[in-house]
Amino acid sequence: MKEQLAKIRAEALASFQEAKAAADLDTLRVRYLGKKGELTAVLKQMGKLSAEERPVMGQLANDVRAALENALEDCSRRLEAAALELRLKAETLDVTIPGKAVSLGHQHPMYIALDEIKDIFIGMGFEVLDGPEVELAVYNFDKLNAEEGHPSRDWSDTFYFDNESRVMLRSQTSPMQVRAMETRSLPIRVIAPGRVYRKDEVDATHSPMFHQVEGLVIDKGVTMADLKGTLNTVVEQLYGKGTKTRFRPHHFPFTEPSCEMDMQCHKCGGAGCSTCKGEGWIELLGAGMVHPRVLEMAGIDSEVYSGWAFGLGLERTALKRFKIADLRLIFENDVRFLEQF
Amino acid sequence: MKLSRKWLGEFVTVEANDRDFAEAMTLSGSKVEGIEDLGAEISNVVAGRIKAMERHPDSDHMWVCQVDVGQGEPVQIVTGAWNIHAGDLVPVALHKSTLPGGKKIEKGKLRGVMSNGMLCSLQELGLDERDFPYAGIEAAALLNDYKAIDPEKPSIPANVQAGHKILGPVVAAVVVGVIYNGGGDWCISLDWGTGNGNAHNVRLQNIHKGDMVAYHTETKTICTVADLHAEQREFPHCIPDGIFVMHEDCKPGDDIRTVVGLDDHVVEFEITPNRPDCLSVIGLAREASATFNAPLRLHEPVVKGCPEDAENPLARSLVELLDVETMDPELCPRYTARMVRNVKIGPSPKWMRERLRAMGVRPINNIVDITNYVMLEYGQPMHAFDYRYVQGGKIVVRRAKEGEELTTLDGIVRKLTPNMLVIADETRAVGLAGIMGGENSEIVDDTSYVVFESANFDGATIRKAALALGMRTEASGKFEKGLDPLNTLPAVNRACELVEMLGAGEVIDGVIDVLNYVSQPTVLPVEPEKINALLGTDVSENEMWTILQKLGFRTHRDGTVTVPSWRGDVKCMADLAEEVARFYGYNNIPSTLQMGETTRGGYTPEQQMERRLGALCRACGYSEIITYSFISPTCYDKIGWAPDEPLRNSLKILNPLGEDTSIMRTTALPSMLEILQRNFNYRNKSARLYELGKIYLPGGPDGLAHEPKMLVLGAYGDGIDFFAMKGTVEAILRDIRAEEVTFYPCGEDPSYHPGRCAGIRAGEQHIGVIGQIHPAVAANYGVDIELYCAELSFEALLAAQGAGAEYVPLPRFPAVNRDIAVVCKEEITVGALEACIRKAGGKLLREAVLFDIYRGQGVAEGSKSVAFNLTLRADDRSITAAEADEEIKAVLEALERELNAVLR
Repeated sequence: MKEQLAKIRAEALASFQEAKAAADLDTLRVRYLGKKGELTAVLKQMGKLSAEERPVMGQLANDVRAALENALEDCSRRLEAAALELRLKAETLDVTIPGKAVSLGHQHPMYIALDEIKDIFIGMGFEVLDGPEVELAVYNFDKLNAEEGHPSRDWSDTFYFDNESRVMLRSQTSPMQVRAMETRSLPIRVIAPGRVYRKDEVDATHSPMFHQVEGLVIDKGVTMADLKGTLNTVVEQLYGKGTKTRFRPHHFPFTEPSCEMDMQCHKCGGAGCSTCKGEGWIELLGAGMVHPRVLEMAGIDSEVYSGWAFGLGLERTALKRFKIADLRLIFENDVRFLEQF
Repeated sequence: MKLSRKWLGEFVTVEANDRDFAEAMTLSGSKVEGIEDLGAEISNVVAGRIKAMERHPDSDHMWVCQVDVGQGEPVQIVTGAWNIHAGDLVPVALHKSTLPGGKKIEKGKLRGVMSNGMLCSLQELGLDERDFPYAGIEAAALLNDYKAIDPEKPSIPANVQAGHKILGPVVAAVVVGVIYNGGGDWCISLDWGTGNGNAHNVRLQNIHKGDMVAYHTETKTICTVADLHAEQREFPHCIPDGIFVMHEDCKPGDDIRTVVGLDDHVVEFEITPNRPDCLSVIGLAREASATFNAPLRLHEPVVKGCPEDAENPLARSLVELLDVETMDPELCPRYTARMVRNVKIGPSPKWMRERLRAMGVRPINNIVDITNYVMLEYGQPMHAFDYRYVQGGKIVVRRAKEGEELTTLDGIVRKLTPNMLVIADETRAVGLAGIMGGENSEIVDDTSYVVFESANFDGATIRKAALALGMRTEASGKFEKGLDPLNTLPAVNRACELVEMLGAGEVIDGVIDVLNYVSQPTVLPVEPEKINALLGTDVSENEMWTILQKLGFRTHRDGTVTVPSWRGDVKCMADLAEEVARFYGYNNIPSTLQMGETTRGGYTPEQQMERRLGALCRACGYSEIITYSFISPTCYDKIGWAPDEPLRNSLKILNPLGEDTSIMRTTALPSMLEILQRNFNYRNKSARLYELGKIYLPGGPDGLAHEPKMLVLGAYGDGIDFFAMKGTVEAILRDIRAEEVTFYPCGEDPSYHPGRCAGIRAGEQHIGVIGQIHPAVAANYGVDIELYCAELSFEALLAAQGAGAEYVPLPRFPAVNRDIAVVCKEEITVGALEACIRKAGGKLLREAVLFDIYRGQGVAEGSKSVAFNLTLRADDRSITAAEADEEIKAVLEALERELNAVLR
């Protein structure tokens, strides 16, 4: 019997090692340890043994059972690990296959530029105004000191809706200066972005509809130095710290003194190149101190209050910002263009 | 405005190089757009004198010249031109020289003979005959150059000999001697076999000893190609072209740029409309003088004049000759005129032509050139007309009569209106005031009495007339900005001075000067504190005075200044502040950040909503577009609107760029469709786009428009269908927390597929419409695939925006889920079923979600099976199966009762 047990043990352990799958192990378990299994069969013969032999054999048989059970456990774990490994291998993916597309939309580059500008001014305590594009000539011209006879009032330059040249498409966002002065309480700090219209044929740099951003500050003791300081800060935020600017005299009917603000050409650093047409500087915007007559016409005492205003062309800013060469792309809205931003 | 730096140098000495000059002038307010070096392209080209020339041994048309170019030994140059002679002074492009147009000249052999450069024509120097009128070339028909058109039938035999008859009295003659008399005049000695003799006063430049010419024995002249009635190609080298033979005061070796006046640099200024005074050399000299602190050298014109001579009927006085009347004094504040007699029309001198050319003005003749010269120098437009055609000796400045016609100098017949001012004589208009002269009084070669007009006209009148006639001229461009009336007299005197200087005629004593205005100089107080307060500077009072003085302001002891007459733009303290700032330097003004009351700033709820909607659209994969606000009226037809659609009532631009951009859109749909079409045409496989843009509805306050914003979505391709777009709109509405959102079938919108279009509501609020674009509408845009669009009112979205989020406790008890499938008629909508379920469901029904629609086997034709998953839950307990069953039963009963939808 002892030999029988040893044989079972040896055979079983060997066969366990050969098992290839969990199912094989199950079969072996039944074969050796099951109710009708070989070990059980041997144990059934225990009755035939003497009382002295019985505990010894019992002990031996239990040892064999424990050994077989342990071995089964080990083998099962090994097989499981192998099976997992196999499964993982089978599940291997080509991770270079593109992911499932999540298509996000894109903001129009011009409005990206506009949002940057808005955020900068909001951060400086400004509010954003919107106003009518179909505008009265009084607001677009008269109250801005561009009286009857000013060339920009010509029908060759400006779109009109009536023969009296009373209602028009605003040719600048500057009427928002007047509207702000007439309706808001002082002090005023606003920007007013929006569409403007001029009778220009479409080409690489012109469009009958384009966008401007107007800015206006009215308060007691506002100076041209404030204008410079504020706009320099804005330009630094837009184009990076250390951006060099300059101001040069210009003329607008509704500001006095008036100026244009240039930024040193980023490409040549002021030496002159094709980007800046050899000038070393790139024009950014027009600005100036609000003309006392404009203040007075809006009912603001120019002896007490002063202000400054600026206007910048948004298209030009966006074109510069994104190095877009042709204005027509802005209004063409080709998805291959839009998706670049 | 162009400015010759040489001309500027007459009034102010500025040493700065071009770059520094441009920078300084720009920073003081005269923006420089560019500077052109007129001779930049020319290098190593000098004057040369031809010492000797002989025919090329191996060519029938080339000459080999020995040219003195000031280098000791003459250089040898081969040329194909025939108009030169030994002794001529010509431009020589030496070895390694450059010419306009990027042309490079190097030495080389021409048919075996070394040529060390090239002799130049006017054109090769970038000039033409207007620049050097004396350089015109005329050519004789040289018989040795004759090439028969038909070699079988030559008009002149190849072996033509002296004495052969050519036609009529014209015979072939050999040139035996050429003598230059000067002044472009030759004496040619000829031998025509049967006789010999000289042809005098010959002005044909291509004749050399040994040539065979056609000699007219009766007129004793040498024939040109035209004289022989021949074609140019029969005499290929006898052309009116050749080398520029110079009559200039220069010596061999001199730089040609200096000789011909191409040593000038021309500055292009952008002059702002408030500074018409700077549209002149003197005006810019004044600015340059102030900018560089260099003295301004102005010059008072001096006219000698000629007194009247009572004995001589040709020397009548000015008052006898001319009378001026201004009918509309307010339109002509001043009219100044002088007259010149015994005028000799001819070219103006080289220095004047050079200056005109540098400033972009074409030289014409001495009198016309003088008027242009004065206009450029003084900024005062002038006109000269032939006195012969001033009938009655009277000039009348008046409004044109309705329909009156005038042929202007450009040869165009102009139809005039009473809004235009004309210069007339007693009977007819002779010029358009301030714009252009009339052809009927033009200066011509035999003009002998000239009237110089130097007037001041009302700017707005001139501008409107020029605009109406479509003829903005140099003069009208100046007048329209408002000129200084005090400038007319110095300008006319300057013109007369130039007439005397050029010997172009005799200036008649006296000036006619009609003054219709009272000169009222502007006097302003100088308020240094206010100026500094406006600028944010600390400029000393003294510095302010200095700046104003150098700009021509007269300063007074009482602290005021008189504004110079040419500075009509200076009217108040702010204007003086700008003058101070310009010369103190804008860039010396400090850069400060505002003090004062702080303002809150920030976005309004409306602006926040705009940003949110944009972000939402992009999150759903839609990209932003920007389209024009104006559209074509035909757009309304294209999107299928009925002829009586009220929204067709649009604001109409009276002067649009074109029909396509002539009305303000009352719908943003056509703009979106156009962009979808464009992307489709560009073969972009799919597009998902949005625009948050305005529409323009008539009837706003003050005759303006209502300008509500619309959110328009448009898409095609890449799995886009009705439900894909609906999903996006639902996501947007969910995100803004709109409540009671419903989509209802809407077959009435003509732009959309009648069976695939829904109206959208949030409660009672109409939000907009969504659907597939009607195939017929898509076809109107040339698109044959399905396009989907949604149009949502921004105002409605804003109104439908729900309250901010508030936490609802998560369910603590489990829910029971039940699936039901009911069969109903096809026309019963899922929305109706869902509404019925919700209504019938009690408090326990939390959700009803559609999960299947089935048609086919087991379901009758015309019916469908619709399956919902219902979620039932109570907040305070677990519900029992019996409770759930009861709830479901109620729902099913309601469905059957109300919609005839029965459990499948």
